[in-house]
Amino acid sequence: MLTSTALVLFMTAPGLAMFYGGLVRSKNVLSVLMQCIFLMGLMTVVWALYGYSLAFGGDGAYIGDGEYLFMQNVQRIWNEAAGGPETPMSDAIPTLTHMLFQGMFFIITPALICGAFAERMKFTSMALFSLLWGTFVYCPLCHWVWDGGILAFAETADYESGETVSIAGGALDFAGGTVVHISSGISALVCALVLGRRRGFGTEDMRPHNLTYTVIGAGMLWVGWFGFNAGSELASDGLASSAFAVTHFSAAAGVLGWVIYEWFTSGKPSVLGAASGAVAGLVCITPAAGFVQPMPALIMGALAGVVCAFACGTVKKKFGYDDSLDAFGVHGVGGTLGAVLTGIFATRVCWDIDGVNKLGLIEGGGTRILIGQIVAVIVTWVFSIVATFILLKVVAALTGGLRVSEEGEIRGLDETDHSEEGYIFA
Amino acid sequence: MKKIEAIVRHFKLEDVKNALSEQGIAGMTITEVRGFGRQKGHTETYRGTEYAVDFVPKVKIEVAVDEDRAQLVIDTVLKAAQTGQIGDGKIFVSDLSDTIRIRTGETGGEAL
Repeated sequence: MLTSTALVLFMTAPGLAMFYGGLVRSKNVLSVLMQCIFLMGLMTVVWALYGYSLAFGGDGAYIGDGEYLFMQNVQRIWNEAAGGPETPMSDAIPTLTHMLFQGMFFIITPALICGAFAERMKFTSMALFSLLWGTFVYCPLCHWVWDGGILAFAETADYESGETVSIAGGALDFAGGTVVHISSGISALVCALVLGRRRGFGTEDMRPHNLTYTVIGAGMLWVGWFGFNAGSELASDGLASSAFAVTHFSAAAGVLGWVIYEWFTSGKPSVLGAASGAVAGLVCITPAAGFVQPMPALIMGALAGVVCAFACGTVKKKFGYDDSLDAFGVHGVGGTLGAVLTGIFATRVCWDIDGVNKLGLIEGGGTRILIGQIVAVIVTWVFSIVATFILLKVVAALTGGLRVSEEGEIRGLDETDHSEEGYIFA
Repeated sequence: MKKIEAIVRHFKLEDVKNALSEQGIAGMTITEVRGFGRQKGHTETYRGTEYAVDFVPKVKIEVAVDEDRAQLVIDTVLKAAQTGQIGDGKIFVSDLSDTIRIRTGETGGEAL
């Protein structure tokens, strides 16, 4: 678990930092790296103070309570009766380990959103937005899905008897399709729309300044994702192994899906397409990692590669929004696709609920899971859109506008926000 | 005196330099340049977004020589830099009114 935890942090910096860093222009490379490294600091502190408690404390339907505030009931305590120190446990693992593992998700999720407003959002606005978004969007969603809230998957008996708070029976979300990818991807789209396009979008040269970084970053994400998905089993067992396998397969098929799609549509297989396809495959399998078999994982990855490539190329061009680094196109679209496909491919061979009921549509489990998934997707979309929109308005009011000045955008955020340069070849 | 400016492909620079050295040409100046001729540039595609790259990177070699050696330089560059494909570059020849060696103050052919 600790290794998985470290792998998930590895995804933010260096993984995501390099992936995104290579995709921006050279004058903005530091601003992107800064967002990743700064969020590792900010979100961790928030998680330690109250985030973990809001997400995983208590039994409320909507939000956690003060159970773990300031690391109470998480950190080690002195047991007077036993005359020694004691570590609080969550099932088989220390609560500290669970807190850390989940904390890494709390870091990377707002960092994913940064891809949508890269190259134009003010650092102060980004920091305040991430703080508020983590508190008011991530923590509730995390509680809803993973801590018995309104989107948590309901046991069959509870569902049939109506004794559940879960809407439509809740969602299967093994490692964060809903909590991490849909929430961040949809919020990213709202950010891109509210901030508006980058100056010169569509007319000026905005090619990625270093695709070498991007490919290295994608490789790091692929490696780190094993911690993300296999670690979400919270144990080293057969299902963890299965989650690892399907994660790998989906990423691999994602590469092929995106590359072949490009090959047919534009005549050449692009390197950026291969790197993006891997990430799309990884995103898509995330909610399903503990519920599907390896062959469906290949289908899911390939579909994600094609659908996300279509979203990032054709759809973005058609509607004209400037999702700078395709946070929506990959995470929003890939996460949504993965959540829906989970309802189709989930099988009790991977995750047996009660020894009786089948799960997904293909296995013959009926539409219960699929409907639960779709409803959870809709709830997450609506919540993310509304909350993000409100938060952006609040942040804009508090920081005097979300965007850097016109001159600052032209000169680059590295200089404007940080007074530094990424490359000095003296 | 003549100034010969040759815009050539990057990978031909070493061949041109060696060929000119063999002909006893003592010095030259190199600049990284970007431009286009008849063939224009190329198109790059990033996640479906196309960018027209009009300016193609080339290297410019500048050589100053006495009038009677100018044709030799032109022929040498031509032979060394030619691939026969579109984008081989151009040679520009212009009159040079004077040359001054900064170290000694010599002028004209003495300074070359």
